Amino acid sequence: MFTASDLRKGLRIKIDNEPYVIIEFNFVKPGKGQALYRTKLKNMINGNQFERTFRSVDTFESADLREKKMQYLYKEGDKYCFMDNENYEQVYLTEDQVDDAKNFMTDNIEVEILLFEDKPIGISLPNFVELIVTEAEPWARGDTAAGSTKPVKVQTGYTIQVPTFVTEGEKIRIDTRTGEYLTRVKI
Amino acid sequence: MTESHQDDSFLLACKMRALQLRAKLIQSIRYFFIQNNFLEIETPLRIPSPAPEEHIEAIRSENWFLQTSPELCMKRLLAAGYPRIFQISKCFRAAERGNKHLPEFTMLEWYVAQFDYHQLMDQCEAMLVAAFKDMGHDKNITRQNKEISLATPWEKISIAAVFNIYAPISLQQALHQDKFDEIMVEYIEPFLGIDRPTFIYDYPTQPAAPAKTKKSNPDVAERFELYIGGLELANGFSELTDADEQRQRFEEALKARTAKNWIHYEMPEKFLKILETVPQSAGIALGIDRLAMILADTDKIDDVVAFTPESL
Repeated sequence: MFTASDLRKGLRIKIDNEPYVIIEFNFVKPGKGQALYRTKLKNMINGNQFERTFRSVDTFESADLREKKMQYLYKEGDKYCFMDNENYEQVYLTEDQVDDAKNFMTDNIEVEILLFEDKPIGISLPNFVELIVTEAEPWARGDTAAGSTKPVKVQTGYTIQVPTFVTEGEKIRIDTRTGEYLTRVKI
Repeated sequence: MTESHQDDSFLLACKMRALQLRAKLIQSIRYFFIQNNFLEIETPLRIPSPAPEEHIEAIRSENWFLQTSPELCMKRLLAAGYPRIFQISKCFRAAERGNKHLPEFTMLEWYVAQFDYHQLMDQCEAMLVAAFKDMGHDKNITRQNKEISLATPWEKISIAAVFNIYAPISLQQALHQDKFDEIMVEYIEPFLGIDRPTFIYDYPTQPAAPAKTKKSNPDVAERFELYIGGLELANGFSELTDADEQRQRFEEALKARTAKNWIHYEMPEKFLKILETVPQSAGIALGIDRLAMILADTDKIDDVVAFTPESL
């Protein structure tokens, strides 16, 4: 149980039976008035954001959230299927819930599935993944202008900007938090 | 030297310009009051019991408290025949921490006998105009890339009129729905004093404990606040000198405090005893840190003090 004075950026709380993360927080107090806690909240299931002001008497339950290691199996329609490696149970996430992570998921990759009261609501990937370039314009030797990049497609279908020297069939490391190219990897 | 020592020195060195501005500001303010025949006063920071307020919690110091404001001792001096007094002192308020709040902050407080709140607004304006001028701001000051004109007279507008301009509901509705504070922070405060400094006056009686009520309208307190660039800087009022009425307001505040399990304060009997002899007067408290925020053009109070509780 939290009171409004415990609130801070990043805290996850339960409001109307849904989990929210506090993305902005400020303590305010109008002249001679009471302490107020202004927050910007993000719904962790549907991503909706809104601002809300709380009083110090307001109380909150912490959101029962935990992450569990699972393996990505396959996509079926607009559902993504994952398997819990401990009990072999399968869980599903929607396209919206998987969001940008789909750009970096290869079959059998190990991911963390975010569970709210044991229901899967989101996914987090390892910070770095290695993917194979499947489509790329050939590199014209001499095209070495510093910082020049070109778009290539990787095995998940994701298009990414890479340095011009990267060629088809190479493996590259990508930062999943930014979606950006980091380096080439020796196969 | 470890890395954290270097980081600490670097962060402190970055504050040098703001701390220089702050020091100069305090000198300018002192100069104004000395020129205007005020006596600088020091009163104890540790006191047996603060004035009971519903929304301000004190910090304990042994079996006493650190002052939340110097008002009780300052008013005792007023009663004893000191007509123009000022003080720049530290005040302490529990659990107040945010972009504009520190639990330990610096307050300028001054009192003038035979003044009412409108005269005090004018004097506050004159003091700040002199201080701004001293700091090189003759005509205007820039806040977040916007010019705030310092041309006098500054704007004066009643709280009821401010609600009509900015709020989705009227002042009466806000009070009736118990939404006064929320409306203030969400709809009103960010827009006050943006083009020029703005005094808001005639607050509803409820949240202004030591302010005199208006003869013409008992629901209104002779109280004002000053805003510059959306920042609340000062709170002043015609002093309430009716001891019975003051005792009743203290009792209400004590009751409200008990209801939310806050620290028990004693009724400030010594203060109530001398209150009848306090002359007609007006008093004001101005946040020095907030004023330094305006001069340093920053949104964060941390930028205008060398140390915050977190950095100690």
